[in-house]
Amino acid sequence: MQPILSLRQVSKTYASGHTALDHVDLDIHRGEIFALLGPNGAGKTTLISIICGIVTPSTGTILVDGNDAIRQPRAARSKIGLVPQEIAVDMFSRVGSAARYSRGLFGKAPDHAYCDQLLKDLSLWDKRDAKIMELSGGMKRRVMIAKALSHEPDILFLDEPTAGVDVELRRDMWKLIGRLRDRGTTIILTTHYIEEAEEMADRVGVINRGKLLLVEEKTALMKKLGKRELDLSLVEPLAAIPAELGEWQLSLTDDGHRLRYTFDAQAERTGIPSLLRKLHDLNIAFKDLDTSKSSLEDIFVDLVGAQA
Amino acid sequence: MNGINFPGIWAIYKFEMARTLRTLWQSIATPVITTSLYFIVFGGAIGSRIDAIHGVNYGSFLVPGLIMLSLLMQSIANASIGIYFPKFTGTVFELLSAPISAIELVVGFVGAAATKSVVIGLIILATSALFVPLRVDHPAAMLAFLVLTAVTFSMFGFIIGIWAKSFEQLNIVPSLLVTPLTFLGGAFYSIDMLPEPWHTVSLFNPVVYLVSGFRWSFFGHGDVDITWSLGFTGIFLLLCLGLIVWIFRTGYRLKN
Repeated sequence: MQPILSLRQVSKTYASGHTALDHVDLDIHRGEIFALLGPNGAGKTTLISIICGIVTPSTGTILVDGNDAIRQPRAARSKIGLVPQEIAVDMFSRVGSAARYSRGLFGKAPDHAYCDQLLKDLSLWDKRDAKIMELSGGMKRRVMIAKALSHEPDILFLDEPTAGVDVELRRDMWKLIGRLRDRGTTIILTTHYIEEAEEMADRVGVINRGKLLLVEEKTALMKKLGKRELDLSLVEPLAAIPAELGEWQLSLTDDGHRLRYTFDAQAERTGIPSLLRKLHDLNIAFKDLDTSKSSLEDIFVDLVGAQA
Repeated sequence: MNGINFPGIWAIYKFEMARTLRTLWQSIATPVITTSLYFIVFGGAIGSRIDAIHGVNYGSFLVPGLIMLSLLMQSIANASIGIYFPKFTGTVFELLSAPISAIELVVGFVGAAATKSVVIGLIILATSALFVPLRVDHPAAMLAFLVLTAVTFSMFGFIIGIWAKSFEQLNIVPSLLVTPLTFLGGAFYSIDMLPEPWHTVSLFNPVVYLVSGFRWSFFGHGDVDITWSLGFTGIFLLLCLGLIVWIFRTGYRLKN
């Protein structure tokens, strides 16, 4: 199936000489949730801004549902909705009129029924006549989403959608994003919150210093790069790891009270039974054990750390 | 989406007009009060001691100049704040990411700014009629000048709004350039009253041509020939249009 968004060799070098994006290739599938992860200054917002027409790329081509974003900007842009990181909305406008304004700006004829339903879906209906300046931060962010969805875009960009919002609202946002995906909207979100990507994304891209380091199915990525850990709570603390345990990847934590074994979750042999037998032979007793798998955050830190 | 983005143009136009309606009292009361003060000070107190100019009493002579003064200032102010405010608040991202062309954006913003200026010009005209006897020899030309000048200077204001990086810069051109040029451009006098070399120097002031043409439409007489006035206004309009096209092609102070 043709990707809904396709980037080839997209680069951006600012007048200062700073290269914010370095030959990025990326395909986004129709109807998926794609999470773009990266530290501050990695190039996430620049990438979104280029696709949306706010920043001019230095090189490369961008196809939005088959339309060249540079040569056919009108067709390309009409398919995209953008919720920027910062709350940027005319504070004197009223909620309902702000959504209707955005719909008109994107060339759509008025559709009060659609706009009303949108406000209801975003729990903004009761506030439709309120001035935006009177709303809470979370409500303002919902207004931004309403404006971005007002012209019924096929692709929705969410740049750090839950930055600075409380846990409850973050969960609400996640539910909302899920509902949008169910309707067939392709969603591309950037986030600092790895748990956000872990919770929602179908695929994950990691970007750092303007380079796209990888693009992978989330589950496949976690399988491929994921590590598991076995934590043993020792009865007696160890001062050092005995030489006899050299063949296992072990570390001591908690002042020698905890022995951690890190192993490859995908390996055919984990090495756990032989480790436990060896500990028994060495009279190293443990009173409890716990296993955990590495999160997307661990994978992300490893990837970005490896590039540093 | 094909063709002209009419909903987009209309959305911008309505949004900008709504901004004016939010400050309706200030938008209408200010020009009415200012005009009344001008008539009291210049028309009543000082004007009574000034002879008729080209056969027109001084109070009536002031009207085209006063309208032009407000028209220039209001057009620049309305259009410049219209585009500067989205830059200042960050909402310009929506304009840049929308499927709307540069020309469509300009039509929306400049159309709204020019509409407001023309309405204010007509309000001043109506206010003037309360103070002095008025005649308009060429009403169609008067309206045409009113609209043409409002559109041209709204475009100029739009350019200033894009160029400005701060509220201070936003006010620099209107306060330090346009106001002096208007005051020295024959708004309150005929440049024929000036001795040489100031008469010749005044001919280099572009506002002279605007005021003169507009005054001609009222009284059938101006400081310079009407074709010069029309020609100059047209040239300035094309200059502004060219600059705007260049701004959107290059993304000057709009895009990185």
